[in-house]
Amino acid sequence: MLYREALNKALDETMALDDNVVVLGEDVGLYGGSYRVTEGLVAKYGETRLIDTPIAELSIVGNAVGMAIGGLRPVAEIMTANFALLAFDQIINHMAKLHYMSAGKITLPMVVRFPQGVSKQLAAQHSESYEQMLAAVPGLIVLAASDVNYAYHALKYAILRDDPVIFIEHELLYNKKGEIDFAAKLDPLKARVVKAGKDVTIVSYLKMVDDVMKAVPLIEEKLKVSCEVIDLCSLNPVDYETLAASLEKTGRLVMVEEDHRTGGYGAQIVSWAAEQMFYALDAPPLRIAGEDIPIPYNRQLELASIPTPESIAGEIITWGEKHGI
Amino acid sequence: MIDKLLAEDLYYHMVLGRQFEYAAKEHYMQGEISGFLHLDIGQEALSVAAMKAFEKGDVFSTYREHIMAMARGVSPKAVMAELFGRQTGVSEGKGGSMHLFDPSHFFYGGDAIVGGHIPNAVGCAYARKYQGNQSGVMVVFGDGATNGGAFFESLNIAAAQKLPLLFLCENNRYAIGTKITRVAPFEKQANKAEPYMPTMEVDGMDAIAVYEAVQKAQHYLEEGHGPLFLEAFTCRYEGHSVADANSYRSPQEMALCKQQDPIEKLKMHMLNVLGISSAQLETLEKRAQAEVDAAVNFAAQSPQPPLEARFDHLFAEGGNDAV
Repeated sequence: MLYREALNKALDETMALDDNVVVLGEDVGLYGGSYRVTEGLVAKYGETRLIDTPIAELSIVGNAVGMAIGGLRPVAEIMTANFALLAFDQIINHMAKLHYMSAGKITLPMVVRFPQGVSKQLAAQHSESYEQMLAAVPGLIVLAASDVNYAYHALKYAILRDDPVIFIEHELLYNKKGEIDFAAKLDPLKARVVKAGKDVTIVSYLKMVDDVMKAVPLIEEKLKVSCEVIDLCSLNPVDYETLAASLEKTGRLVMVEEDHRTGGYGAQIVSWAAEQMFYALDAPPLRIAGEDIPIPYNRQLELASIPTPESIAGEIITWGEKHGI
Repeated sequence: MIDKLLAEDLYYHMVLGRQFEYAAKEHYMQGEISGFLHLDIGQEALSVAAMKAFEKGDVFSTYREHIMAMARGVSPKAVMAELFGRQTGVSEGKGGSMHLFDPSHFFYGGDAIVGGHIPNAVGCAYARKYQGNQSGVMVVFGDGATNGGAFFESLNIAAAQKLPLLFLCENNRYAIGTKITRVAPFEKQANKAEPYMPTMEVDGMDAIAVYEAVQKAQHYLEEGHGPLFLEAFTCRYEGHSVADANSYRSPQEMALCKQQDPIEKLKMHMLNVLGISSAQLETLEKRAQAEVDAAVNFAAQSPQPPLEARFDHLFAEGGNDAV
């Protein structure tokens, strides 16, 4: 099964379960979704539940907020993270705050989904990552789906939960293959140990998890270490418990993220480790992040602006040798 | 037609609203109320009559909403306590003056982002149509909000989807301190809605006219014709907020404004047309004042929220049983 099919399945099952679940966004209905996530759903559920909207992101999220107030369970699709910026007023001032400001009188069971990150030469207005901004907003749950199984379980969870959820996908993951473990009792707010190890903890999320996994054999061979790879899955709230247990074991932290380094999401994880895990650490943490530049169009420049399996391996090996790991 | 009972109800809530606002201003000056306080004095006809006429539907409003919330059925005690930031306030001290919500009265704020609540009202109207409920939704906003993108997106979507939504524009001709005609090409903001939907206008200082216009508008929504735009021309007596000295309007302009006083206008109608005695009006006025006094006492005696309460209501939790 493909990642986009897992998302489709999650939508399909929740729509079958509850008539209040509606999907809105640009091209989600008759067209089937820009990344084919909503393919086939309009035939099953009709145009009143697969709502094709104008290209007006402020309204896509703003209307979803009102639908949730009115008793529906909307799932809003934004075509890409950069376009979500037009909806930031609605996401931050309305979606994230109405429950709190009304002392719980208003509940907003809603999801805003979008892909983000570098795909291939889409240039700076279609390649950015904004989890660092959204994870910094109290009142939002922010999930990042790195694989098929998590995409399916977490999207169902997000839709059925009575709170506003930002559900982040990646442009390059839609055709990723995998299996759904239907028997699994997966808690989408828990981090996932992708690979167990004992010497270095590498924390990541979204597509960077795959890039880290590609880099790991080289790192383990060169440094003669075993790496533990953790997928955060939930960017807010953060499962610090799983991170702490891993760091107690390995004593070494590497944070890998695709967003820009300055103010990037991983800064929070490293800051937490410095404050809370200082005595468990045997080496200074390493942060591998995107450069502080708009993503360039040219393929070579583009790849040089974000972490790749090669750069991740290279940076970790250099860091490891420097600190005698 | 407006009967005696309804006229008395409107009059009572308009007087209550005005006395409430004066009391709020007094306690703001004394430091018991803080933050931004936007008074609705002068605009009581619109705030009360529109709410009363739209009784069956859902309402989304702005940050100048104390009187609307009370006309909707929220108790003056819960509103005043919210202004005082107390635990007994309608939003338990987390919202303040600009954020009054009460879904049990189909009142959804209380929004302080100019125009930001209009797309929410559109979404709610979609939900109501989906649910087969045609009572519809009313969204109240000022002339200033009609210059923003959220307003135009909303006109477009509401019209394209034929949603049961009443756009009620309270045109008091000033966006904070800027006269609307300095930043928009029209005196009448309904001009902006005309390509999308039918428009109506009403004297927003005339409670009976507002009541009848909104009632007519709700019937239009119920019949499933789609959205409607109603523009009510009003005049606020105070500055934008208590912090605004109102220096941009001349004494002559303010005097003209106050000649159309909505409470006096309704009073004259009740005395001269409906045959209600001045003694009966006085009884209503005294009852309103007593209600305001009780609200102030209640607020002043209510406890502060406990510090731990700041972490409450971040999430609703729940909703996961099916997973």
